[in-house]
Amino acid sequence: MADRRTIETLDLRKSFGTTEALRGLNLDVPAGSIFGFLGRNGAGKTTTIKILLGMTRPTAGEARVFGLPANARDSSVEIRRRTGFVSEDKELYEYMTVDEIVRFTAAFYPKWQGELEQRYLRTFELPLATRIKALSRGARTKLALLLALCRGAELLVLDEPTSGLDPAMTEEVLQALVAHVARQETTIFFSSHQIAEVDQIADRIAIIDRGRAVVAGELEELRERYRRIQLVFDGGAPQPAFRAPGVERMRREGRVLTVLSSAGAERIVDEARALNPVSVDVVPVTLKEIFLETVSAED
Amino acid sequence: MLFRPNPSLGVPIYLQLMEQVKHAVETGALRPGEQLPGIRPLAEELVINPNTVAKAYRELEHEGVIELRHGAGAFVSANARAKKVTDSLRAGQTIVASAVERLRARGLSEDEIRRLFEAELAGLRTPGGHRG
Repeated sequence: MADRRTIETLDLRKSFGTTEALRGLNLDVPAGSIFGFLGRNGAGKTTTIKILLGMTRPTAGEARVFGLPANARDSSVEIRRRTGFVSEDKELYEYMTVDEIVRFTAAFYPKWQGELEQRYLRTFELPLATRIKALSRGARTKLALLLALCRGAELLVLDEPTSGLDPAMTEEVLQALVAHVARQETTIFFSSHQIAEVDQIADRIAIIDRGRAVVAGELEELRERYRRIQLVFDGGAPQPAFRAPGVERMRREGRVLTVLSSAGAERIVDEARALNPVSVDVVPVTLKEIFLETVSAED
Repeated sequence: MLFRPNPSLGVPIYLQLMEQVKHAVETGALRPGEQLPGIRPLAEELVINPNTVAKAYRELEHEGVIELRHGAGAFVSANARAKKVTDSLRAGQTIVASAVERLRARGLSEDEIRRLFEAELAGLRTPGGHRG
């Protein structure tokens, strides 16, 4: 159970004409995790999701969901049957009322969870008789989420689930996701460019940049491994070549040398001592800093 | 709410939660035998990943601060306060280790560092030394 993978991609590539959206993406999403798929707009998040759900085919590489190949027609049907998906624009039938779409959707799914439906209708304060086209952005998101949560899916794929929501609504949505995973065997794969929400509820992350995963792993482990080491020297800072592994970035500013490490501070500090710094400071690094340091700047 | 970890500190959330539980036990906000919130309700309340709460509880059990009774939940250990001394020592060791590391980085020898510690304990000051 613990080492079962719900999603797996291997050297996944996708080109649109001459544009490479995915350039060898490797992902590993274990069952039961809340996986935060973090990246800037245009990094390849939506393309990845479309491939996973069989909505577009990869140019090369492999994508598997529940161990099934995502680009084969029959397995893709099976994948979609077991997956709840909320797209970025939360497409719903505009002419239906909230009540109508809930009844309509419930009819498709034998495992529909009526009790959960009642609970979310209450906590999300969704107006039953209102037509979808008249709903606010927040209500629309919550309705799309309700429809995905109540169908008893093993996997929830959410593309930017909180985009356009205010902080209070975002918190409500995050709370619903945490509660859902706590109550049943579900894996949540959600894309986001909101670092704070990934920080809050994800136990695993991947940071995607220009079609490739630049950082991936267990979030708590990343918090333990990443360190910023600041060395101050008497004169100008040297530019050493550290032998220690994990040196991600190095920056010299006058007498100060700052090293970003992804493998703890100990070995780098040991080596740095030989350079006779006047002070050594080691501080934890936040996910936001890891993100900003690893994704490339605007072209 | 007794516990309030901050996900954006860069410090693992399970460690923050562990510290907050220990602090609650040390201050008596949580007494031996008292029940802690369940993993699911706490994860929901704090809006953090349930696996993170589970990890904090497992580690706290490993350190003897709490007991996990199958099906019944998590309880503060009967001898949790006795652990306080060892915990303080362990925490102290971390502080000393980082102090020694920083002194070494400033180029002080082992003998000099030892002298500083002893002088501090004896209530003496090193020549030219001062307190900030």
